This record gives sequence, structure tokens and C-alpha cells, in this order.
Amino acid sequence: MSSWLDYTINGLIVGNVYALVAVGLALIFGVSRLINFAQGSIYLVGAYIGWVAVVQLHTPLPLTIIVVAATAAVVGLILERFGLRPLQNSVRIAPLLATIGISFVLDQLVMLTFSPNPRALPSQLPDIRFQLGGGTIGPLDLLIAGVGITSALLLFVFLRYSKLGWAVRAASQDRDAAMQMGVDVNRVNQAVFGIAAALGGVSGMLVGMYYNQIDTAMSLQATLKGVVAEVVGGAGNVPGAVIGSLLLGLVESYGVAVFGTSYRNLFAFLLLVVVLVLRPNGLFASARQAPPEPLTGTFIAPSRPVRIPRWALAVAAAAFAILPLFPVSFYVLQTLINAWLLGMLALSLTLVAGTIGQVSLGHAALLAIGAYTSALLSLALSVPVGLAVIGGGLMSAALGTLLISPSFRLRGHYVSIATLAIGEIVSLVILNWESVTRGPIGISGIPPLSLFGYDLISPTSIYWFSLVVMVALALLQGRLLTSHLGRSFRAIRDDDIAARAYGLSLNRYKSLAFIFGGFAAGVSGGIAAHLYSYINHETFNTQQSILALTVVILGGLGNVVGAIVGSVALVGLPEVFRIAAEYRILIYGVVLLLLVRFRPQGLLGTI
Amino acid sequence: MGEQHNPMLSLRGLTRRFGGLTAVDAIDLDLARGELISIIGPNGAGKTTLFNLVTGLDRPDAGTVRFGSQDITGFSPERLAAEGIARTFQLGRVFGNLSVMDNVLIGAHTRLRAVKPAVPVIGPLLELGLALLRPSSVKAEEERLREEVKAILARFGERLLPRIDQPAYSLSYANRRRVEIARALALKPRLLLLDEPTAGMNPTETAEMQALVAELKTEGLTILLIEHKLEMVMRLSDRVIVMDEGKKIAEGPGEEVRGDPKVIEAYLGHGLSGATEESAA
Repeated sequence: MSSWLDYTINGLIVGNVYALVAVGLALIFGVSRLINFAQGSIYLVGAYIGWVAVVQLHTPLPLTIIVVAATAAVVGLILERFGLRPLQNSVRIAPLLATIGISFVLDQLVMLTFSPNPRALPSQLPDIRFQLGGGTIGPLDLLIAGVGITSALLLFVFLRYSKLGWAVRAASQDRDAAMQMGVDVNRVNQAVFGIAAALGGVSGMLVGMYYNQIDTAMSLQATLKGVVAEVVGGAGNVPGAVIGSLLLGLVESYGVAVFGTSYRNLFAFLLLVVVLVLRPNGLFASARQAPPEPLTGTFIAPSRPVRIPRWALAVAAAAFAILPLFPVSFYVLQTLINAWLLGMLALSLTLVAGTIGQVSLGHAALLAIGAYTSALLSLALSVPVGLAVIGGGLMSAALGTLLISPSFRLRGHYVSIATLAIGEIVSLVILNWESVTRGPIGISGIPPLSLFGYDLISPTSIYWFSLVVMVALALLQGRLLTSHLGRSFRAIRDDDIAARAYGLSLNRYKSLAFIFGGFAAGVSGGIAAHLYSYINHETFNTQQSILALTVVILGGLGNVVGAIVGSVALVGLPEVFRIAAEYRILIYGVVLLLLVRFRPQGLLGTI
Repeated sequence: MGEQHNPMLSLRGLTRRFGGLTAVDAIDLDLARGELISIIGPNGAGKTTLFNLVTGLDRPDAGTVRFGSQDITGFSPERLAAEGIARTFQLGRVFGNLSVMDNVLIGAHTRLRAVKPAVPVIGPLLELGLALLRPSSVKAEEERLREEVKAILARFGERLLPRIDQPAYSLSYANRRRVEIARALALKPRLLLLDEPTAGMNPTETAEMQALVAELKTEGLTILLIEHKLEMVMRLSDRVIVMDEGKKIAEGPGEEVRGDPKVIEAYLGHGLSGATEESAA
């Protein structure tokens, strides 16, 4: 029994930390209807500022907290002013994508400044434990609880009794009405981002002290946990976010108690998916609402796609096909093979995110399913590699669609959150299902690509193989877009309510889009597995999902040619300019930000 | 009015509450085959909510909807479209990035047969396969529907035909409303619900629209119309239903309803909103 009390206390402490992140997210969502994916990066910045203050400057604890809160708030203000305010009148997805870009940039800057190695962040409190019932509690636990409760109270007082707090609440209820009544919405946004960032920064520092370790991987985890807590509590609902956070902390803590540490995140994301499916407005949301009637076409930037004549495409394809006949280096071929593999993933994502409008942030999971299926088929069942890759594609189509299907009833930003969570769940299941996936050890010795009994070992043959597969998938997808399914998908993207009123079943067509797209992504993952010869649960990660999304936006949402052009550009250009690997992700983040700001329709336009 | 033996659409005690507000309050209505009924009433009277209940976008808290001989209460919008109910939307819901042709083709979606075989379980996969392979039957069906769309667009004179390949977001407001009606007609509806088809149109455009609706009526289409322009309502309707605060306050031939003191009070009782609407509309 005593250990249960320990787990409960631990759950509540961790929940308190999540609450600091989630409350910031809820404030921002309340005012700008935006899920701020950069919140975790501010948390990361807070942890490292805390490290600088404690280890380098030897500041006392109260001063450390003030320094961290103030610096993080400044970062939040900069983020709001230069990252998001210019996007106020753009399409709904733009600010969401911008926060993803900002988080990449911030994380990468921290990594470049402090190196990716973990650092110790010593707690500045005496290391004693108090007996509490059967469990123990330390001063840091109390500090975390104290900071959580104090900031919740301060926030409550600010929102309820200060003039700016009234403005925040007014703007979150009805932004337009608040503006008409003279509320300066920009100032409200500044206040909200400043407060959210200060809370996020302090919580990053506290967590760093709690585990006595900080590293750059903290960022994404914090964002994910904060988003889970916020959505569980009801997006935009500040008290809901606190309760959601405590609930999340408890669920995780008990889950760890029963199943072990590696299951911690699995419970978090399962909780999220369950809540999204059963109560998409959160546990504490009011009863069902009448469907709103938004203006149509607000999700995708309207544009006229650039039409490239067929002969030009044929010439380009032929030029790439004969490239290996010229004396090009192995390095060039290797780069282009990577581009073709990314191209297949981008084809898949451009169909799902662009054509039918389900902006998936967990697309790498489809790669993982294809890769594991193909690797296991060829290793365990001795299926010929060519067939195993197709098997990977089919499995990815079937299983991917099945896993994503709970998100079919969701809209807009919620789809992105759900796909992100489902992607994480796939990676965690791979990690924990040791009897099939070999768990954290991964799968090694995967046989090389082969076709009709001939091994494809030389870079030239691999190059041709992946080029042919990608072109075939692109042609097939082009044909799909000109069929009645193409227009049905796009109709659902533009206005799902009108589409339903004309007999289009959302489940049916979203499933078909994911089946088709899942196949392409699974084939890409399958080929990659046989190329790498070793895969584990981290081979296909969120970074790849976001890279694919950047490619898709660069090329133009839904644009088949654009997906390929975007892949070549984002894989090829850093190579051409010999940019060191650690700067690449920074560049991807900057590219995403610039695109969203200046060319949301991408290079070749939305189709 | 309940004397008709087999009304096309029949509502009984239809009710929808939002929190403390009863948006639609125990509405009864019978619409005979080929009849045109207009629903009028001040803004917020519950007209559009009533449409949403009939077309499945919203579920009633109480009451029933019968269509032909079938109880369709709580059916999904997809299912109702397949049954032959088409509607237009008050605020306009064209597919912005689709061309005029594609918008109207979506209207014909429920009539696709060759490419959408009614096979259980594997039907969707067959649909995907047929869309990619495109055998001659599928091509012929698509071609036939495209010709049909052109014929429907021709009903709007030169308004839409020259813009057939333009994306809908580039159209004028009035043309988007026309695309919506064309899309509804492509469904070959048995029942058509028009939610303020002339909103935002100038007098010439309104007259054109009125002529079109009259034409559809003479062709035998059964129509439920929400409209603020009373002159149009009086000319087109077989009967008029007046709603206020969710309730039906009057029903009957246009001239009769127009003089009803309750109706006048409903409009004037809401300040001058009724009067300004009429002149502004």
C-alpha cells in the first residue's frame, strides 16, 4: 500500500509540472485558437537558462527562478511578435506550422550552443526526505507543488481582477467582439505568450532539477505531454488543463507502477487518443454544439497551381534516369536515393495532408510499419525481398489506416495532435513488443534489396530501383487525382459538412486516402530497411514526419510534382552547399517558417 | 393541409434545444409532392436549424421526420443525400479550390454507379481500383455526368458556363450561390431545400433566381424555401410558414399569412429588424 502512496505523490508532482506547460498552452489556445508546438522549446530554453544561472553564475534559487521566468518570457514575446503576429490573417494551419518551425529553430539553437550531451542541473535545495504516510517527500517536490499552486493562484487573480486579465478573457470568448470593444488584441496576445513562456521556462528548470539532468530531447516530450494534458482537460480551458495534467501524471505513474518505465509515454498517448475519440472537446467541455458554418476554403491557401507540361516532366524523369550513366560520384547517387525515398513519403503525405486535408504529424509511423513488416517478412519468413517490400506497403496501408481511423471524426488541429500521438504510440509499441520487434535492440542483418533473385547492391541499381518505384507511385497518384476520388478528397478537405450533405462518407474517403498513401509510405520504409540493414524504434521519428511535412508545403499541398521537387530540394540543397548535419534541421525549421510566412501555397501551388 | 394521403416530407413535433434556448419548438409540417413551401421569420427564428434537422446535420431532441414512407429521424447527411434530399447553405458552402465543374460533379456523387459498386465490405477497395483502372463503363459514366453538368449550368445562362474551369473561390458571391444550386440539382433531388438563395443578390439577379425556382417548381420538384424577400415568397409559394422563436406562429397561403396580426407583431416586435431586413435584402 505504501508504494501506492508514493506513486500517487509522484504522479501528482509530475502532473504539477505538466500543468505549468499545459496552462500556458491553454491560455494561448483560449486567445488565439492555436496549439503552440513551440511551448516545449521554451521549456527547454528555461532548463538551459537555469543551468547557466545555477552552474555558471551561482545564483540563489529565488533569483534563478526570476531569471528563468524573465528570459523565457522575453523569448515568448519575440516568438509572438515575429513568428505569429504576421500570420494573423493567413490560413488557419499557418500559425500551427509556424510554431513547429519555431520549435525546430529554438531546439537546434540550444543544441548548437550547449551541445546535445546531457548536463546535470543540480537542485539548489537540501537533499533530505520527509516521511509522509508510507512514502517520502523531498523539498524539491514541495517546491514544484508550491510553484504550481502559486502560479495557478496568481493566474487566477490576474485573469479575474486585472484589467488586462479581463481583456484576455474577453478575447478568448469572442476575439472580434473584444476588438470592437477596444481591446488591444495584440497586447493580449503578448501578455498571454509572455505568461505562458514564463511558466514553461520555470517548469523546464524544475524538471531539470527534479531529474538532475537536462538534454535537448526534453523539448518534444514536454510539448507532447503539455498537449495531452491540455486536450484531456479541454483545449483553452485553464482549470481543465490543471486537472488534465494531474490526471495525466497519475495515469502515467500508476502505469509505470504496473507495467514498467518504458510504458510511461504509451499511457499518456493512449489517454489522449481515448479522450479525443470519446470527448473531443475534453473531459470538461459543455454539451454538443451546433455545427458552425465557416467560410469555405480557409484551411488551404487558395492558389493556382503551376502547370508543368508533360514533356517537361518526361524530360526531367529521363535526365534523372540516365544520370548514373555519366561519371557521377557515389555521393551524388546516395543523396538522390535519399531524395527518392523521402519523395515516396512526401507523395503519401501530400495526398493525406494536402489532397484530403488531414495534416498528419505522425507520418513516420507508416515508414516504421512498412520497414518492420518488410524486414521481418524477409528475415523470419524468408519472403523474397521484392515481395516483402510490397508486403510492407500493404501492411502500412492496412494497419496505418486502422490506427489512424479514430482521428477521422476530428477536424483541423485535432487531427494533427491525434496523428502525432498515434505516431508516438506506434514507436512505443515497437519498443515494448519485444517478442515480435526485438524491442530496443532493433532488427539487424536485414537482407539487401533484391529483385527476381538478383541482389541490388551497387548504388546504380539501388538508384534506378528507387527512382522507378517513386515514379510509378507518382504516376498512380496523378491518375488518382484526376478520378472522381481526387475531386471527392478535395471536396472533403475544402468543406466536410457540405461534402457529407452530398453523400460523401468521411470515413470511407479518409480511409481510401490513408490506404493509398499508407502503401507509398510503407514501400518507402520497406526499401529503407533493406538499405540500412539495421532498424530500431527510433529510426523513423517525429523529425522525419516534420521534414516530410516541410517538403510537402515547400512543393505545394496536394501537388504530386511538388512533393518530388520539394524532396530533391530539401535533401539535395544542404548537400550541394555542404552544410554540416547539425545545421540542417535548423535550416528545415527556417525554411518552414519562411514558407508559411511568404509562400504558403508552396513552390508549385496547392492542387 | 394534412389531408394529402402521402406527403413527401412530414415533420411531427420536431424540437431542438441549445442549452436553455429552444431553437426549434415542436414544429409540425407536411409538404406534398410538387409543393413549394416557404419558411419566413425574423433572424434567429430557427429556420436554418430546422433545415439542419431535416438534412441530418443536427439531431432533434424530440419529434420525427418522415420522408416518403420512411422515418428518417437522425439519419446521417450522407444517407439522406442518397435518399434524394439536396440542400443549399445560408452562408454558402462551395468547395473553394474545386472548379465549377468539379463542384457540380460532387452534387452527382450519390448517382455514381459504375465506379461505386454497391458491394459490401470490399466496396471501397473496388472503388479505389476502378478509379485507377478506369474501365470503359467508368469513363462513359463520367462523360455522361459531365455533359449533364453542362446542361445544368446552361440553366444559368452565361453566368457559369464561361467559368466552368475556374476555381469557385474566384467567383462572385452571386455566382457561388448559383454553383450551390447547380450542385443541388446535379443530385436529381426528390426534395430540394433552399436556404436564402438570393441573399446578397441585386434585384436583377434576384429576378433571375426567382424565375429559376419557378421553373423548377413547374418541373414538379418539391421545394422547401427559406427566404427573406417577401415579394418572391408571395409569388412562388403554395403555402407560407412563419416561425418566431422556434415556434410556428402562422401557416397558410401567402396573402392570408401576410395580414396575420401575429406575424406582423413577430416582425415588428423585434424592433425594426423585420422591416430593415426587407428593405436591405
